[in-house]
Amino acid sequence: MRGKRLFIATFLIPPLLLYGVFVVSPYAQAFQIAGTDWSGLSPEYDFVGLDNFRRLAGDGYFWNALRHNALMLVVLPVATILLGLFFASMISVGGRPDRAGVHGVRGAGLYRVVYFFPQVLSVAIIGVLWKEAYAPHTGMINGVLRAVGLDALAVAWLGDPRFSFWCVLAVLVWMNVGFYVVLFSAAMQSIPRDLYEAALLDGASRLTTLVRITVPLVWDTIQVAWVYLAIIAIDGFAIVQIITDGGPSSSSDVVGLRLYKTAFGDGQFGYASAIGVAMFFMTLTVAVAFLRVTRRERVEL
Amino acid sequence: MGHGISRRGLLQGAAGAAAAGTLAGCAMGGDDSPDDAKGEVTASNPLGVKPDAPLEVVIFNGGFGEEYAKAHEAMYRQRYPKAEIKHSATQQIAETLQPRFVAGDPPDVVNNSGGSQIDFNGLVSEGALTDLGELLDAPSLDDPNTKVRDTLLPGIVDVGSYDGRFLSLNYAYSAYGVWYSQKLFDARGWEYPKTWTEMIALCRTIKAAGIAPWTYPGKHSRYMSWPILAAAGKTGGIEVIKAIDNLEPNAWKHDAVRAAAEAYYQLAVDGYLQPGAEGMDHIQSQTEWCRGHAAFVSCGSWLENEQKSVTPPGFRMAVAPTPSLTAGDKMGFEAFRGTGSEPFIVPTKGKNVRGGLEYLRIMLSQQGASDFTRKVSSLTCVRGSSAGIALGPGLTSVTKLIDASNGGAFTWLYSSYYRKLERERVDAACAELFTKRINAAQWCDKVQRSADEFAQDPAVKKYKRA
Repeated sequence: MRGKRLFIATFLIPPLLLYGVFVVSPYAQAFQIAGTDWSGLSPEYDFVGLDNFRRLAGDGYFWNALRHNALMLVVLPVATILLGLFFASMISVGGRPDRAGVHGVRGAGLYRVVYFFPQVLSVAIIGVLWKEAYAPHTGMINGVLRAVGLDALAVAWLGDPRFSFWCVLAVLVWMNVGFYVVLFSAAMQSIPRDLYEAALLDGASRLTTLVRITVPLVWDTIQVAWVYLAIIAIDGFAIVQIITDGGPSSSSDVVGLRLYKTAFGDGQFGYASAIGVAMFFMTLTVAVAFLRVTRRERVEL
Repeated sequence: MGHGISRRGLLQGAAGAAAAGTLAGCAMGGDDSPDDAKGEVTASNPLGVKPDAPLEVVIFNGGFGEEYAKAHEAMYRQRYPKAEIKHSATQQIAETLQPRFVAGDPPDVVNNSGGSQIDFNGLVSEGALTDLGELLDAPSLDDPNTKVRDTLLPGIVDVGSYDGRFLSLNYAYSAYGVWYSQKLFDARGWEYPKTWTEMIALCRTIKAAGIAPWTYPGKHSRYMSWPILAAAGKTGGIEVIKAIDNLEPNAWKHDAVRAAAEAYYQLAVDGYLQPGAEGMDHIQSQTEWCRGHAAFVSCGSWLENEQKSVTPPGFRMAVAPTPSLTAGDKMGFEAFRGTGSEPFIVPTKGKNVRGGLEYLRIMLSQQGASDFTRKVSSLTCVRGSSAGIALGPGLTSVTKLIDASNGGAFTWLYSSYYRKLERERVDAACAELFTKRINAAQWCDKVQRSADEFAQDPAVKKYKRA
């Protein structure tokens, strides 16, 4: 018994220690720092109680950023999952049925690789690429629009507060969808082929097959995808910072960027930590809420 | 299978590990033990440097690179062969050095520059910066009878001073103005306008010639706040600028500021701004300008270096002061915004503060400064240090600008006192102004509201410009 405990402990303690030092302790400290006016530049600080949170409640720039995160929270998972499911089902089961049974569209292997490309690039590179793609005169997007005669649509994408946020959101969907295509097609591989064949014999269309068979059988995976995407939507910092830096006029600002600028730009680590604490609770709430809402009976095969 | 480790035990273990972590790696802890190395003060060592004390220098590795600093370090080593010099360069000054300031272990000299410089407001209010006044009164390296103070270009002490204490040495000298291509202007027979009426008239001609009169970086629209404020200062006098620096009520609504905003807003109204510029960053818009798609752009004297790789041969970039708004302007046409950039600081808690001051004294020598100009094609704050160096057309026109102004350079300080006010608020207001979402009067109101916000924010330390 003793030997076994020791054995288990040797495996458990190092990771727990690392987790404690590098994850739990910074979180705990953020709570402490959120109650101070620490500037982040000296060891001196005063406790100010809940002042930072009071200030947060009245900070229009924070609420503006939060609104954008909320919008992302709604749009990003829905758009990414719908696109991911569509692409994955086309790749896995979307092909014309023939003697070989149910399979993907022609060239499915190639698509699978192509969709995964953005995952291989680092966020910084994606950001810089898209920033140039959106450029008014030299960018690829306006180049294509002009080439097909849609000159009127070739606007200054990132310079217009009506579009800048949606431009960033489109990049977020683009860079994430590939991963979920792979995730969903892996889940679809485990669905027995004869279910699809039976559906086909009953005369089900592709859409019906997707909605009635595929989605219920990969629901667990969708649920996980939803939580991941929600967390990405609450963050969004890196891509926003690179492409628009929150502009113009804070029209694409997100909470993470506010936090970063408050800490490193303004030297107000106390207030920045308060933003961080608020974000922590938001992420937690959203994750729990999503898991609750999407919980449903497991489909037994 | 017994219950080797219960769930509760596991949680307790985790909590214990977390507590241990908290104690071990507290972000806010630090020691205060200023053990400043001091040596004997002699005629050749007026700052009392301890000859064998190690010196650590951190350089912002941006447009100027780090090579110039290595030359300065070599000069230091020559004077103090026993001193060990640690050199490092980074683009992430704040991220790299912030923990070291907290731990009370900052480097001896920091080139606090770039997009992620450490906010001066924070550094100053924490008392983290050594007063460089002693350096100003020390004899210069070249001539023991001249104080360092008297070797600097005008305005350098002002721009580095906070409440009368000189805390940051802005080593590079930047002139701000309106840039154009001499080649283009010669070819078309255009002449740079001296008054705003002439500017508008010329814009009409330029537009008729199929070139956009102005371009600007819409993603960093604050670049366009520079000609507005320069014109406001020239029209209403330096007091207008000082009121802005001191966050006085209605400073941004002063008639001169409003008139200047109206003038530049006219460019947007009359369609003299390059279409699409609102979506460009500074590199994209300056590149459009270099390609001849636009005639004017607002920038500082680093422009020539920044655009080096895309400037066509024979482009002959030139800079001019902002045109005079009225005949009754308080300053002449030649007055321009000239100020220091590339701030160097000596943290108070550095291990070798004396050495840090001496390092700056070496930088400010004729040899150190001319070497900088030669290496990075930028002027320094040291008088006469560019004499005899072959400069590019852009910098040559900057030196002409400086000579012509006859000491008439001025600058504002609010952007270094309250960085965020310029970088976020004025920037956003300018983005709205030049896309005509607001007009000039609304621009003044909007910026004034932001300035009032800063004036009332107890978390922001206030400075008074005398």
